[in-house]
Amino acid sequence: MRAALLVLAALAAAPFLGFGEGYVLTLLARAMILAMAAVSLWLLVGGAGLISLGHAAMLGIGAYAVVVLDDARITEAAVVVPVAMMAAGLFALATGAVAIRTSGVHFIMITLAFGQMAFFTTASLAAYGGDDGYTLYGRTTVLGHRWLEDRLVFHYLCLGLLALSLLGGRVLLDSRFGRVLRAAAENPVRVQAVGFSPYPYRLLAYGIAGAVAGLAGVLLANAAEFVAPSYLAWQRSGDLLFMVILGGLGSLQGAVLGALAFVLLEEWLGHLTQHWRLIFGPLLVLSVLFLRGGLVGLLRRG
Amino acid sequence: MAESILEVQGLRKRFGALTVTDDVSFAVAPGGIHAVIGPNGAGKTTLIHQLSGTLRPDAGSIRFAGQEVTGMGLARRARLGLARSFQITCVLPGFSVLENAALAVQARSGSSFRFLRAAADERALNEEAMAALDAVGLGARAAALAGALSHGEKRQLELAIALAMQPRLLLLDEPLAGAGPEETERLIGILRGLKRSYTILLVEHDMQAVFALAHRISVLVYGKVIATDTPDAIRADPAVRAAYLGEDEVA
Repeated sequence: MRAALLVLAALAAAPFLGFGEGYVLTLLARAMILAMAAVSLWLLVGGAGLISLGHAAMLGIGAYAVVVLDDARITEAAVVVPVAMMAAGLFALATGAVAIRTSGVHFIMITLAFGQMAFFTTASLAAYGGDDGYTLYGRTTVLGHRWLEDRLVFHYLCLGLLALSLLGGRVLLDSRFGRVLRAAAENPVRVQAVGFSPYPYRLLAYGIAGAVAGLAGVLLANAAEFVAPSYLAWQRSGDLLFMVILGGLGSLQGAVLGALAFVLLEEWLGHLTQHWRLIFGPLLVLSVLFLRGGLVGLLRRG
Repeated sequence: MAESILEVQGLRKRFGALTVTDDVSFAVAPGGIHAVIGPNGAGKTTLIHQLSGTLRPDAGSIRFAGQEVTGMGLARRARLGLARSFQITCVLPGFSVLENAALAVQARSGSSFRFLRAAADERALNEEAMAALDAVGLGARAAALAGALSHGEKRQLELAIALAMQPRLLLLDEPLAGAGPEETERLIGILRGLKRSYTILLVEHDMQAVFALAHRISVLVYGKVIATDTPDAIRADPAVRAAYLGEDEVA
């Protein structure tokens, strides 16, 4: 966990190291939020061996929960956060109940299909802007206070929740529950032969990961004060999956490293040239080919 | 005779036109080693899959510890106390040897829907897992990764995992498969020790081992059980000799 701690410390110090301008903080907030979503996806991919290509749907449902409540003039975090996490978690449980009965490529395709269903549903929500998306009246309030409007408060909120999700993920994976999950990912027959049915463990993990992604969705909506169906698009799911793989499946902290590397690289290349995707794509391919074990693996060797 | 721990009645399994399990019936009494032998293609593996719950029979019934288990899967039968080992080593290579056994202890001691406490720190789980490893002589390797064990050690770990389940019946699918002469000696020694405290159904290819260990043997030929008896009677049975041991061989 040392690399992740260093990264978190750097993020904590960032506002005092000359990165306090609005633009950089916005970028870092976005990176931290996606890192949180990547941590939740890592629990599925690296922990449970479930390769989901529909995780952006959980993120987007969390964000749309903010939209729906915002439209009803409800912005209180004590309402918004539980509603968003439950909405995303329940969507995960409902779709997972079907998807987890399959495995391998079928699981990937089913999660993709459910993700696209959620995407098209949000695109057809005319009351909330449909394709064009929805601009929030304001950020979520905490006990009636508009603290989240403050850049620094928001920065540290994202950082705190990212650290919490990382810690929570670590504890979960080390627990009895997590041990069954990890064992079932390695060898499901062995796990059944000692008396466990992997299904309920996997399903619950899927629900938990969905709820955490939903929380990240609340932050994402607040960061941009805008939500659009593109948050749920399968490309976003692919990005998240890529962050997880880029970071490395050997350790949960890989999700944080992968997400930050992904977002910052994307941003930096975008400044260099408008054809940045031509560089970004091959870089990703090369990283998969040569960074066995991802960034975490690189750090271990180094 | 005491009540049987395992009772198989009229078990049938067909793959297309091929009858692989043909009206198989036998009973395993508690205590000791009951072996199932048979030439290649006799249907031993298919039989063990049906007994452990990874393959559904077409007909017949399996009763385990007085309970009908024919429709149950592998995990439910395991929870009832039916532990099986695998012919092809089936361990968790990325887990430590101790954790492999501790997972089996965990399966029978309380809920595993616990989310906060680190499982690796649970003393009760580790102590029982350690006892199972010691029982097969693998205690010294507890901290090693299971994937780094030698083939023979993996076979020992298979046994330790099964023991950690505190089973009422151990179903061992060719535990000596692929083991070298020295490893075979060691494994036979371990099995000899285990038969004092466990009921074992041993499906094995190694004749010498079977006749040295078992107190009862069932002979499977072309999917049928042609005899179930003591080793001496099996050795003398003309039908068994004709079908399996070979006319001229005196085992």
